[in-house]
Amino acid sequence: MALFLLDSNLLLGMIIEYNEVHQHIKEWCIVEKIIEIKNLSYQVKDTKILHNINLNIEEGEDVTFVGPSGSGKSTLMRIIASMISASSGEVLFKGQKIENIDPIEYRQKISYAFQQPTLFGKTIKDNLAFPFEVRKQEFDRQKVTGYLEMVNLNETYIDKSVNDVSGGEKQRIALLRNLIFPPEVLITDEVTTGLDTENKAIVHRMLKDFNEQGLTILKVTHDETEINDAAIKITIRDGEIANV
Amino acid sequence: MSNLTVSNSTLMLGFVLVIVALVIGYIEKLHIDKDIIIGVIRAVIQLSVVGYVLKFIIKANDNWLTLAFFLIIVMNASWNAGKRGNGIPKAFQSSLLAIFVGTTVTLTTLVLTGSIKFVPEQIVPVTGMIASNIMVAIGLSYRNMKQTFTDRHQQVLEKLALGADIKLASLDILRDSIKSGMQPTIDSIKTLGLVSLPGMMSGLIFAGVDPVKAIKYQIMVTFMLLASTSIGSIISCYLAYKQFFNERKQLNNDLIS
Ligand SMILES: Nc1ncnc2c1ncn2[C@@H]1O[C@H](COP(=O)(O)OP(=O)(O)OP(=O)(O)O)[C@@H](O)[C@H]1O
Ligand SMILES: [Mg+2]
Repeated sequence: MALFLLDSNLLLGMIIEYNEVHQHIKEWCIVEKIIEIKNLSYQVKDTKILHNINLNIEEGEDVTFVGPSGSGKSTLMRIIASMISASSGEVLFKGQKIENIDPIEYRQKISYAFQQPTLFGKTIKDNLAFPFEVRKQEFDRQKVTGYLEMVNLNETYIDKSVNDVSGGEKQRIALLRNLIFPPEVLITDEVTTGLDTENKAIVHRMLKDFNEQGLTILKVTHDETEINDAAIKITIRDGEIANV
Repeated sequence: MSNLTVSNSTLMLGFVLVIVALVIGYIEKLHIDKDIIIGVIRAVIQLSVVGYVLKFIIKANDNWLTLAFFLIIVMNASWNAGKRGNGIPKAFQSSLLAIFVGTTVTLTTLVLTGSIKFVPEQIVPVTGMIASNIMVAIGLSYRNMKQTFTDRHQQVLEKLALGADIKLASLDILRDSIKSGMQPTIDSIKTLGLVSLPGMMSGLIFAGVDPVKAIKYQIMVTFMLLASTSIGSIISCYLAYKQFFNERKQLNNDLIS
């Protein structure tokens, strides 16, 4: 009897140890893949927009999505950002199905910067204070000023009316909304379209810095320089991945 | 009361006024002749039925019957308000709760403060007045909500993408919609007595009540409509805005045209 007890304890210990090691290996593998897309399709009524997308994105990567207009890039980004849901297939974030993650929490980690963003409210402050509001925190003027300076703007912009800024300024301010509380993954959908060369370079520099600090970036672009500089390029054509 | 002298024959002569409307519609090619005729016929039938029903209820003077009639009015108003939600899911249920709470709170306050008595001839018309005003308020709120969600959907999407909860993402729409439900009541208060002599007061003056006494009733009605339309708008808007999102807190595209 005593022998049997000893044995079963030993066995239990081994099982626990095995499980721990196994868990460790599993975690270690998953941490690498921050986003995993399996057999993803999206259709609206009878129109197929994306079919059978398979994709792995690893933590810290800077991935560039290219492809003709209407090929489905924004749609794919919106699905990854949980703004819309796939018709079939799945999206995993660090190994977890995104449907099982609270969407609010998820979107604070995977931040989507829209193609052609709008500014809301009356002033720039309404926009830059919004990420604080979302997190129930006090507006931090100093922090925001620091971010404005990163995109070649300054503190005086905080109190400007949303109608008194140029198109390019609007785009940069909109992008800051996504970055004031840095997410884990940033999705930029043609956010440099319409910016002049100087400001494009500023935005590139800023995103590069964030990327070097570990931010995973998925960017959609039609910009020649961005495409040429792309570390990892994925082409979407007719709703499918044309190369990996 | 003897100076109230509308008889069946005077009504028939009054029908001339309907013909005026029909002629205008015909000359101006407004294509509303059918609507006018159906509307008039419906009004005559509905009012006749209501007249007899009210007569019966007032004569019976039974508390349960009064309550039952209260519920019928509330249901009916909710049904109509729900229809104005055109496409907003659960618009009837939301309206029902809003109108039920709005009328109950207001009526209870009025009865408890002794402004009106719990007798059918006071409860039934006052319920009708309150419920129909909330119904109109809800209809306006719903319409405004659908419109602003459509107009500002890009903003809502961006707020959601920044990690906002659906309430924070639609807060300004929610406020505007509640306001638009209450606006007509607030506007009408401003011109009260200057432009129009409202129904309650006119009715009392018609029936020979001292105008100074009649205005007291009108003031009470004003208070009551303010309270009830705000309660109704708030409840219905807070229930309705959620319908614009799915369980994944994504904007529901079917609702915004
Ligand atoms: N809700 C929808 N209903 C119907 N069609 C849609 C819907 N959303 C997207 N589409 C269609 O899906 C296709 C892909 O759109 P998407 O915005 O993803 O393209 P894109 O690759 O981002 O193009 P661009 O480079 O011009 O931004 C387009 O043909 C678009 O018209
Ligand atoms: Mg696009």
